[in-house]
Amino acid sequence: MDKFILRNVELWYNDFKALKDVSMDVERNSITAFIGPSGCGKSTLLKSLNRMNDLIEGCKIMGDFLLDGENIYEDIDVNMLRKRVGMVFQKPNPFPMSIYDNIAFGPRTHGIRSKYKLDEIVEKALRDAAIWDEAKDRLKKSALSLSGGQQQRLCIARALSVSPDVLLMDEPTSALDPISTSKIEDLVMELKKQYTVVIVTHNMQQATRISDRTGFFLLGELVEFGDSEQVFSMPRDKRCEDYITGRFG
Amino acid sequence: MIKSTAKTERIMQGVFTLSALAAIVAVGLICVFLFAGGVPAMAEIGVLDFLLGMDWSPRDTPPSFGIFPMIIGSIYVTAGAVLFGVPIGIFTAVFMAEICPKQLYKILKPTVNLLAGIPSVVYGFFGMVVLVPLVRGLFGGNGSSMLTASILLGIMILPTVIGITESSLRAVPGELYEGAVALGASHERAVFAVVLPAAKSGVMAAVVLGIGRAIGETMAVKMVAGNQALLRMPNEFLRGVRTLTANVVIEMGYAEGLHRESLVATGVVLFVFILLINLLFSAINRRGAK
Repeated sequence: MDKFILRNVELWYNDFKALKDVSMDVERNSITAFIGPSGCGKSTLLKSLNRMNDLIEGCKIMGDFLLDGENIYEDIDVNMLRKRVGMVFQKPNPFPMSIYDNIAFGPRTHGIRSKYKLDEIVEKALRDAAIWDEAKDRLKKSALSLSGGQQQRLCIARALSVSPDVLLMDEPTSALDPISTSKIEDLVMELKKQYTVVIVTHNMQQATRISDRTGFFLLGELVEFGDSEQVFSMPRDKRCEDYITGRFG
Repeated sequence: MIKSTAKTERIMQGVFTLSALAAIVAVGLICVFLFAGGVPAMAEIGVLDFLLGMDWSPRDTPPSFGIFPMIIGSIYVTAGAVLFGVPIGIFTAVFMAEICPKQLYKILKPTVNLLAGIPSVVYGFFGMVVLVPLVRGLFGGNGSSMLTASILLGIMILPTVIGITESSLRAVPGELYEGAVALGASHERAVFAVVLPAAKSGVMAAVVLGIGRAIGETMAVKMVAGNQALLRMPNEFLRGVRTLTANVVIEMGYAEGLHRESLVATGVVLFVFILLINLLFSAINRRGAK
């Protein structure tokens, strides 16, 4: 069964309809990319997958969001949902505390107190996020002392620390230089072995390079959705073709 | 036309500069007169006898001018105020910035601001009428005590602590909060474990300014503290205590000669305290800005 099944999703910010009748399936252990011009609804949809939209006043959501068959807006406690569906943000947002405490925050939140166990989780998360070698000798140092690219990998490690099933990434490389970007892309490709990844990106090359499936959004509609190879080489929809060939957007 | 505009510019610049200088001149003059009035008295009494002397009997023969009990008194009362005011203030600020529904905020915020505008003599009156009998009834003693003064000052520093803590909480970037809830943290956990620590330097600044406010408060303290100039141990918090400020205001009316000068010298000691607190405050702000 697919990891996420979305059916007839509609979303309003007050009177503005930001998503119009979106239905899609997100395959497990794959990378799904959302592309489209600014304001097309791709980040909005991403944020509704872990209910971060709950924080926005005036946001109304309709339709079915099924995670492993459970409705995330009805059957699952929101904090448990966010534990299962982790998120990495556009701008690296490490907490102003030590590298170790950044990673340990999540497991501590979910009740893990044992020092031994926390050490283990921190090391595994940092290894999985490919930042262990750079961070292992400075775990007690402030996370803000890391470079932007390192901070973003730290944030990925932090998201992994609560062992989620799904990782949502909201333009995770848009604030980073090309070298850090390629490190994160390699990392994401590695992560799909264990996790289901959904990534919003403005960078079409990035979507081509890493994603298995791609959804193209325009004005709140999911215009085209399919295997990335097909979407980028033979788009079915004219608007999608215009966008990926750079005619607008 | 153009010429006259330039002239007006220059004149106005002068006016603004003069206005800005007024504050500096005022501080400068206070410094000069305070030290000129107080330092000779300190020298005459002996700096150590003055600062560390246990006995304050300015009208005895020979008189003795030891203000140590009052230094300690000021410190205790201020510490007590911090003990009462800071936790309540921080929790109130967290409530206002992160939890409070909008409708309630519209009432709460002006109320806290009003608290800052109440004259201290009114606080003192409230203390005499409400707190003194309350402390007497609950703990015994005559009610005018270190404890009463601490509670009253704790209330008085609330607006300072709340205001600065609230604005520093609001200055914490929303991404940190989002990062915490995205890991499955509850609202409360995100606020207390991530947002509040991120506002640490603002909270420290709030505490330091609160201390400054408490140590300088005069009228309200004088009205509820009992004002006995005797050295108190912290475990005697139900007995009366005299602060540096109260000492000046109580005796200034009739003091003359060395007695009068020694009161000015008491003011010098207070001024040095305030100076230290302000230095600490700007040091914290500098670290926070970094």
